[in-house]
Amino acid sequence: MSKLKIRVDQDKCQGHARCKSLAPELFELDEYGNAHEVGDGTVPAGLEDKAWLAQTNCPEIAIEVTEE
Amino acid sequence: MSDSPSASYLPEHPPVTDWVHDFDHTDPVWTDDPFPIWETLRAASPIVHTERFLGCYMPTTYQAVKEIAYDTEHFSSRRVIVRDVRPEISARAPPITSDPPEHKAAKQVLLPPFTPDAMKRLEPRVRAICNELIDEFIADGHCDAAARYTKHIPVRAIAHMLGIPEKDGDLFIKWIHQILELGIKDENEMMSGVREMTGYFMTHLEQRKLEPGDDLISQLLRAKGPGGQPLTDEHVLGSLRLLLIAGIDTTWSAIGSSLWHLARTPADRQRLIAEPALIPTAIEEFLRAYSPVTMAREVMKETTISGCPVKAGNMVLLSFPAANRDPAMFPDADKVVIDRKENRHAAFGLGIHRCVGSNLARMEMQVAIEEWLKRIPDFRLDPAGKVTWSEGTVRGPRQLPVLFGKNA
Repeated sequence: MSKLKIRVDQDKCQGHARCKSLAPELFELDEYGNAHEVGDGTVPAGLEDKAWLAQTNCPEIAIEVTEE
Repeated sequence: MSDSPSASYLPEHPPVTDWVHDFDHTDPVWTDDPFPIWETLRAASPIVHTERFLGCYMPTTYQAVKEIAYDTEHFSSRRVIVRDVRPEISARAPPITSDPPEHKAAKQVLLPPFTPDAMKRLEPRVRAICNELIDEFIADGHCDAAARYTKHIPVRAIAHMLGIPEKDGDLFIKWIHQILELGIKDENEMMSGVREMTGYFMTHLEQRKLEPGDDLISQLLRAKGPGGQPLTDEHVLGSLRLLLIAGIDTTWSAIGSSLWHLARTPADRQRLIAEPALIPTAIEEFLRAYSPVTMAREVMKETTISGCPVKAGNMVLLSFPAANRDPAMFPDADKVVIDRKENRHAAFGLGIHRCVGSNLARMEMQVAIEEWLKRIPDFRLDPAGKVTWSEGTVRGPRQLPVLFGKNA
């Protein structure tokens, strides 16, 4: 299975924090509550479903998921 | 709260007979059940218009709502309530009434106290508030869940954050009713609410300057604006006005609609009791299906939205609740699916004006539903009572008579 990578577009993120709630292993929030991918955004094996769940629940469509 | 004595002298709007060309979000038919009206409007056009409120548009699709929410060039937030009158702009409440470029700095000051981590610290107090309220009526086997439960949770939580007495909550509820409901049609009620609220907070501001604490008022007084200067008193007062007006009957409504749904849907109730881990997902679905908050914009420059021309000088009723019922965006949009997987609902807005208190509202909703279900797992609407809904900008149950315990 190919590896997934996530990235939060900082111009689009408005801090709804849905991703942090659904996939806390993959996202972290800054002091303003805006989301950032953890590390370089590589999704560890087993967390692929959570990455897609976060992507499909972001109201601003700010999360990009790419397959490597 | 429609039994308030002032309700009798409100100027009445003529009843609506043609929703597509003459809509009115304060009409009793809309207040009681807006969902079929939105379907009619959406079938007619992505944007509809009324001559009421001195001219007002309403986007009816998720797409049209989103286009307007993202377009701060043509649509200003300087007026955020659609009303009968448009007096000179006064009593600003930054950042909700701010446009770019002022908006960003005003918002950033408010964001750190409302992060999910900050809300985790507040959560034990909210859990205690919910249980204190339930203690007062659980033995009765019946209660008005709006008057005895949902109404008090956000008021007390915000008072706790601001470091002001939780017992002052009844004052806040009165001001909010004057500003958000009566104020749509009655300028005097609006101004009287704003004046009393400003005076109240001015006193607390002066006290905090002498004796700063770690409450939110003290944090705002310590905060720095864009130029590194402290915020002006007017700015702090405006933001406090916002927190109170935006943070109370909104969440009160959201908790109330959730309980209303659960009272009428035993299968959902039983599933949440059996699978409490599903509650956050269910809360998102309640937020979508029963979104409480409709915002407003003012058209500053002519433009086109979803192919429809929109002219300056009109207001826009920015109905996130109607967007969230759009079947083009949500399959089975008219059904409440408590385990809905994909849910990009816009209950807290879209774009730069995303509700600053969304993490607070979500925490309050989750705790309020969890604690209620733990102690009152079986409940139903009281057939002898009547559920009533608030009018206008914020929608939720204002009377919610339920039976439980020995009456369940």
